[in-house]
Amino acid sequence: MNYINQGNKDTRSGFGEGLYELGKTNQNVVALCADLVGSLKMQKFIDEYPNRFFQIGIAEANMMGIAAGLTIGGKIPFTGTFANFSTGRVYDQIRQSIAYSGKNVKICASHAGLTLGEDGATHQILEDIGLMKMLPGMTVINTCDFNQTKSATLAVAEHKGPVYLRFGRPSVPNFTTDDLGFKIGKGILLKPGKDVTIVATGHLVWESLQAAKELEKQNIDAEIINIHTIKPLDDEIILESVKKTGCLVSAEEHNYLGGLGESISRIIVKNYPCPMEFIATEDTFGESGTPSQLMKKYGLDKEAIIRKVLILKNRK
Amino acid sequence: MPDLKLLEKTTIQVRRDILRMVHKVNSGHPGGSLGCAEFFVSLFFDQLEFTLPFKIDGKNEDIFFLSNGHISPVFYSVLARRGFFPIEELNTFRLINSRLQGHPTTHEGLPGIRVASGSLGQGLSVAIGSALTKKLDKDSKTVFVLMGDGELQEGQNWEAIMYAAANKVDNLIATIDLNGRQIDGNTDDVLDLGDLNNKFISFGWEVIELNDGNSINEVINKIKIAKTKLGYGKPIVILMKTEMGNGVDFMMNTHAWHGKAPNNEQLKIALSQNKETIGDY
Repeated sequence: MNYINQGNKDTRSGFGEGLYELGKTNQNVVALCADLVGSLKMQKFIDEYPNRFFQIGIAEANMMGIAAGLTIGGKIPFTGTFANFSTGRVYDQIRQSIAYSGKNVKICASHAGLTLGEDGATHQILEDIGLMKMLPGMTVINTCDFNQTKSATLAVAEHKGPVYLRFGRPSVPNFTTDDLGFKIGKGILLKPGKDVTIVATGHLVWESLQAAKELEKQNIDAEIINIHTIKPLDDEIILESVKKTGCLVSAEEHNYLGGLGESISRIIVKNYPCPMEFIATEDTFGESGTPSQLMKKYGLDKEAIIRKVLILKNRK
Repeated sequence: MPDLKLLEKTTIQVRRDILRMVHKVNSGHPGGSLGCAEFFVSLFFDQLEFTLPFKIDGKNEDIFFLSNGHISPVFYSVLARRGFFPIEELNTFRLINSRLQGHPTTHEGLPGIRVASGSLGQGLSVAIGSALTKKLDKDSKTVFVLMGDGELQEGQNWEAIMYAAANKVDNLIATIDLNGRQIDGNTDDVLDLGDLNNKFISFGWEVIELNDGNSINEVINKIKIAKTKLGYGKPIVILMKTEMGNGVDFMMNTHAWHGKAPNNEQLKIALSQNKETIGDY
């Protein structure tokens, strides 16, 4: 299967487009932002639906509380800020006022992970998936390109319950197509293969597809699965795959503690123990640099995936 | 005019409920609960506009949030006495499998609760969100929230106080329970709140002082005054002075009963100072 880059675009713009479309199609959708309208690409929604937008200022705790309150009466609030300020900064507000209270808030988080780049580690959260997936009832989604982020934004409005929607800053290949579909909780088999399973989320999905091409030249037939919904995890698609390939690499822009790989390893150990490797940051903070420099340095690129696959081959 | 006599009787019964609830499980927060009994009775039996059965969305009704969730005993007692759920359920306070959790929650579906509280400083933000929904829906009813004074030490409140004024959230009446005490002592000693009246004024709020929050008459009058200020572009706060532990002599003038239950002997004395009026649960 050949995936074509339809042109580089940032995932956050997919969110902005999705939000704008929701403005038209769902009167209950409202948006909140903590002084990052431009970064979150919310301006189109604001221009068209100014009464349904709330500029909160640099006060993320208040934003989460206001979002929780807006749901009382049936509004569907979408909060927008960086991933770091969407999670770690406001964990207790999300925990009590949103998750425990079962509020229908969509926490939309841009600039996740290392690819935020030059701003450095204060802004590059690599722990957010773990924080959010541990909250009972929270759905956790990490999208891989513009199209998928737009689809996810539309889908979470239809889902009842709190959602953490994670996306990023840089322009990356936009390659997913409508026919792949987007269903919360359902993984996507991007490329069938028989020798190794690569399960990727977010920006690592494109890298995995590129790695698969290189591996083909070495006669390694990799199966590529895109997991966009980290919680609830699509156990079935993963187990079906490893029963065929007998080994798995997980790939994500997140700490290996608390990330997608950890969730996968739980179901592997429980259901079908087999060799597994992790593409993830190794319990470290990030640093300043360009996105591609950082992804290379921290082992989150095509080359790193190939290396891990070769290690796995010897472990099988 | 409300039947003040009946409200007084109800308040005394609510005090008995509070004391018996915390005594039974040897835990909970009687001090602040007793101090706010008059406020809750005035609000739920006279001032709030709503219908039963409880509907969590609260459309076209007044909505109340409790931010300082630890005073759940008074909240639960008044909700039960007002008909939100059977008063016998007060027997289950803080017990396993109960809807009456230590701190209020929506999780078990207890009628009357619209958001969990307990971790302090979050209720005002939620109330603002709820008030914004009412404005969007052109719902003319009011959102009320009660907060503790010690709770104002949480920074989120000041984000919310700034936001509500800047955005003219004028369908909101916040009340601060100024009992001057918190777990570790007097608020003045733990972290002085300073001149709250002027702080709220300078943040752009309409301030109403309620000097005796343990007088039902005065509570009702001040809530009525607050209501006349709705819709004029400013959020409203009632600074309500209360006595922690009110109605039980040995629980007053001290912070000691913030989060401590009376023993058998103490319960007996406390109940003798608050004789049964409309019937124990």
